[in-house]
Amino acid sequence: MVKFTLNGLEVEVEEGTTILEAARFFGFPIPTLCYNEALSPYGACRLCVVEIGEGPKAKLVSSCTYRVEEGLKVRTASERVIKARKMVIELLLASCPQSKIIQDLASAHDVRRQRFKQEYEDCILCGLCVRMCEEQMMAKAIGFRERGERRSIGTPFDIKSEECRLCGGCIYICPACQLRCTYTEPEEAICGGCANISVPCVEKEQFDDMMCYMEPCVACEIIDSEK
Amino acid sequence: MGPIPTEEEKPAGRQRVSKPGKEGGVGGICSTCNQAASCSYRLKNEGLVIWECDLYESYETPGVAKIAEKYEGKPGSVISILEEIQATYGYLPPDMLKELSEATDYSLVDVYGAATFYKSFSLKPRGKYLVSVCLGTACHVRGGPAVAKEFERRLGIRAGETTADKEFTLETVNCLGACALGPVVVVEGHYFPQVNPEKVERIIDRTREGLDKIEIEGDERIFPIEVSCPRCNHSLMDAGHLIDGYPSIRVTLSFGHTHGWLRMSSLYGSYNVESEYEIPKRTIVNFFCPYCHAELRAATACPECQAPMVPMIVHGGGIVLICSRRGCKGHMLDFDGANI
Ligand code: SF4
Ligand code: FES
Ligand code: FES
Repeated sequence: MVKFTLNGLEVEVEEGTTILEAARFFGFPIPTLCYNEALSPYGACRLCVVEIGEGPKAKLVSSCTYRVEEGLKVRTASERVIKARKMVIELLLASCPQSKIIQDLASAHDVRRQRFKQEYEDCILCGLCVRMCEEQMMAKAIGFRERGERRSIGTPFDIKSEECRLCGGCIYICPACQLRCTYTEPEEAICGGCANISVPCVEKEQFDDMMCYMEPCVACEIIDSEK
Repeated sequence: MGPIPTEEEKPAGRQRVSKPGKEGGVGGICSTCNQAASCSYRLKNEGLVIWECDLYESYETPGVAKIAEKYEGKPGSVISILEEIQATYGYLPPDMLKELSEATDYSLVDVYGAATFYKSFSLKPRGKYLVSVCLGTACHVRGGPAVAKEFERRLGIRAGETTADKEFTLETVNCLGACALGPVVVVEGHYFPQVNPEKVERIIDRTREGLDKIEIEGDERIFPIEVSCPRCNHSLMDAGHLIDGYPSIRVTLSFGHTHGWLRMSSLYGSYNVESEYEIPKRTIVNFFCPYCHAELRAATACPECQAPMVPMIVHGGGIVLICSRRGCKGHMLDFDGANI
């Protein structure tokens, strides 16, 4: 067992527990985006930042990947944490404003403006789909490619994967590609997933740059068969 | 990222070429043997298959399975395997990545991820001459980008591409470890120092004419040279310690967990060295500058044994490259490059 302080509270958890798991267990909320209980933590989005240590040595770490240590002092909602968290959300909004998950995060954390150049990325490289595909579907059909600016996710050589079973798990878990089921014009996308009754990806060309690794796509097949 | 190449684009490296004159090789370049990437015959020769080559005996290139076998059970070996494939074929043929994923525990996704992550790997066949223009900090501020632009203009391709005649592949790199000579351009292991856009045309012409590497076989000359660190330009000569009656060249070396000094004879053509520690034969050691502590490592592989080469600036112009493998006598002296 490891003893540490969580927002001033002396707590004890099993060794190997991450700060995020411990905080959630003791009822301190920490927002996450690239974290999923069923998948291994990856630490890509930095939304789950918390402050550890004291004085000048205090630093921000991602709680989903940081394991608790004996005597650690953790603050999950200090001023510094809130500021960093808001900045992360603002940046996410700048790159992918059409995601309902990101819109919800912004509203929940009172982020009212976005000061950066607006982009409409269809992927934020959170890696959820990659882990989903590997860890839950045991397929390893998609993965990260290249690096830096050119980093992307997809199948090797961008061709149909032999491993892919068309389970759709990647699309299910993706926080960015809800555009597929919301609206085709990113600038005007207001999430209304529930009000949407038809699948917009029928108009194929408009979805050229959407995330869809399935070939053939399940949705497209259903629509085709209805024609 | 292109699709998997079609049948005719596949390397012919693995199949035995039976008759002289029969087509073979990648894009018209001989790649019949496992020395293909660095073979000096190949670099000079026009022909599809080079028959007079003495390395020819070993022309049957190892398949992926054979390369992978060597690394079996060693975790994290995917990069070494990819390096070896690249050294053998000059690039990473897509279907070999697939074979590799089948022969090892790595999935195609992992293999492909690593192959696209590192800049030194190429998924496309490279041209006969690889031109690397340095855009590292030192070369950048001295005008590297203008040099790169000029190469792009003259060759009609962009960085990362290969000319239609499969002659040149242009790439930009971040530091070639010879900052003191910047802006640096390396063409097939030849260093061109202080390049400016006006010199670009000559470099291309010189390359087309054939860069003469003065290699040690056939190069019986023995004369003393004075060298300095390619990174900080500090002289590496140690007048207080003579070898062969001349001031020795002192560097720091490291292999495994051992670090110490190494003194080499400054006589070009002499292999006398003294070292703080005994270096086991055939080990590849890392050389460092004792002054700026930068690693001395060239982008060039030893023509004899494929180990990385160690570059040093020769006073009076030029670069000397020596093999980093103990006991290997591969080295070359590049006076010409400097006089462009
Ligand atoms: S496709 Fe979606 S789930 Fe996958 S990394 Fe990009 S944003 Fe995340
Ligand atoms: S949830 Fe921890 S970094 Fe994304
Ligand atoms: S920056 Fe060009 S060689 Fe170091």
